[in-house]
Amino acid sequence: MTETIADAARVAAVLPTEAKDDHSEGMAYLESVPRRIVTLYIPLFIIVVILLFPFYWMALTSIKPDEQLIDMERFNPFWVVKPTFKHIQKLLFETNYPQWLWNTMYVAAASTLLSIIASVLAAYAIVRLRFRGAQTVGALIFMAYLVPPSILFIPLATVIQAYGLFDSPLSLILVYPTLLIPFSTWLLMGYFKTIPFELEECALIDGASRWQILVKIIIPLAVPGLISAFIFSFTLCWNEFIYALTFLQSTQNKTVPVAIVNEFVDGDIYKWGSLMAGALVGSLPLVILYAFFVEHYVSAMTGAVKE
Amino acid sequence: MTTIQTSMPEAGKVIPRSSAWDRLWINRNWLAMWFMLPAAAFLILFLAYPLFLGVWMSFTDDRIGRGGVFVGLENYEWLRDDSIFWLSVFNTLLYTIVASAIKFAVGLYLALLLNRHMPFKALIRAAVLIPFIVPTVLSAIAFWWIYDSQFSIISWSLIKMGLISHNINFLGDSNWARASVIFANIWRGVPFVAITLLAGLQTVSPSLYEAATLDGATSWQRFRFITYPLLTPIIAVVMTFSVLFTFTDFQLIWALTRGGPVNATHLMATLSYQRGILSGRLGEGAAIATAMIPFLLAAIAISWFGMQRRKWQQGTDND
Repeated sequence: MTETIADAARVAAVLPTEAKDDHSEGMAYLESVPRRIVTLYIPLFIIVVILLFPFYWMALTSIKPDEQLIDMERFNPFWVVKPTFKHIQKLLFETNYPQWLWNTMYVAAASTLLSIIASVLAAYAIVRLRFRGAQTVGALIFMAYLVPPSILFIPLATVIQAYGLFDSPLSLILVYPTLLIPFSTWLLMGYFKTIPFELEECALIDGASRWQILVKIIIPLAVPGLISAFIFSFTLCWNEFIYALTFLQSTQNKTVPVAIVNEFVDGDIYKWGSLMAGALVGSLPLVILYAFFVEHYVSAMTGAVKE
Repeated sequence: MTTIQTSMPEAGKVIPRSSAWDRLWINRNWLAMWFMLPAAAFLILFLAYPLFLGVWMSFTDDRIGRGGVFVGLENYEWLRDDSIFWLSVFNTLLYTIVASAIKFAVGLYLALLLNRHMPFKALIRAAVLIPFIVPTVLSAIAFWWIYDSQFSIISWSLIKMGLISHNINFLGDSNWARASVIFANIWRGVPFVAITLLAGLQTVSPSLYEAATLDGATSWQRFRFITYPLLTPIIAVVMTFSVLFTFTDFQLIWALTRGGPVNATHLMATLSYQRGILSGRLGEGAAIATAMIPFLLAAIAISWFGMQRRKWQQGTDND
């Protein structure tokens, strides 16, 4: 320990001064500060500002009084003088917004749960039961991931009509798993592959059935993967638009994205405040969820691509 | 020790009553069938069947409220002479190619920036991904307000800077509308490309760069001969997904322009919705959707070959 500290002190004495308290690995110390500012901080700052500006604008508009919204000469549009919660209040108490929010959440949670159960079973069968044709089934599920909703919504509308599910949240709960199962199955297959075979062999020798192995050994070990799959699937459901737009008709059944597009758009010049409040309130649950599970989210996104 | 002693006599009892039923339950194929059943049911009922139904419907004159009869290629012949359809094909290709190319360039650049060492690294990475988390329609609504013809903040800023004298009619003018929706799509897609490519970049060993630097490689050479070749497989996959989702995009356009002005931003997906659901001509809408399939197959083929090359690069059998 003392040796390494001594080494570090010796290295620090040799290096130029600006690298002294730079804890970076690799060759970052070779760059001078002005060079880093021009090649790293400035471009990064511009990109991050552009990526986040719409959210700032959304939040700002939703708390701006109406007269400041349309008078850009007397008030600087980039700031708000006397913020108001009028728009958010109007949204929550004078429209069906709470109902839409509840619909979205309910549909997203139910279809995510269904897909995770189906995906765990399917992924376990493909990776560990290694039945005849497991490889082919895996490839087919990957293919299903590549079929976009835009080419399915017309035939699906007739299928939903035929089953008598039109204008019912149940139609979305049954259809969304087609978007989620391929993705979560691939993600979970990757996780299951990392669990050592020996654990299962031990359990088999001790007389556990396949079901017991899955519930008592595999699932507890794959919890991070399950959280990733859950969060990503939930976000996908919340984000889904074309099926919800096609299958739902009555106002009280709509999900947030569809309702925002269809119910708020009345030629009113003052609509922007409540529209932005609606967009903000509809995004916040996902952003909060994301803030708690950033690592799981990123591993879900990259894991599905890598596998 | 006690567990072994208690389980021994039981194991002795099990052997005589291993009937055909018991043997069936330890059969992999039989068991796997039950495990696969829920996923297969969803995917067959609501994905595979509608896919074939859609192709079939494109050969019928199905309308909402009444069944159709087989009309052969009539829908496609109709579309062949339809200038709006060809405009939507052109728009879709323009949208996909321009948006994907820029998404790739900016995404790769952003990934390279994020891969460098800096303070608040984790926070910046988390912030970058937010446009991807927020539902597309809701951020599209924010863009709608940013692109407003009267109160656009972009127009206001440019006028204050003295660069333009009148408000830009972002969503009212054909070319501006195209540029605006492409920009919104790029804005939404860059985080996905950047974060997945960043995951690929993090697997590249720093010692390769150190070795190359000792050999006198410039930063461009390090990128061209180390980063790029090692990243090619993941680029292939990411770009396939990116192209696929851009090509079949619906919600961004629908929230921003609904295909207007004068069909300048109609994509094949939005035209299909307009013809199939809003006008009720399901057959024609299905034909437009089916016309997208060849493009999707091309994208899938690219993905397939990208993955093949990845396997080869990882060197399981040669190398």
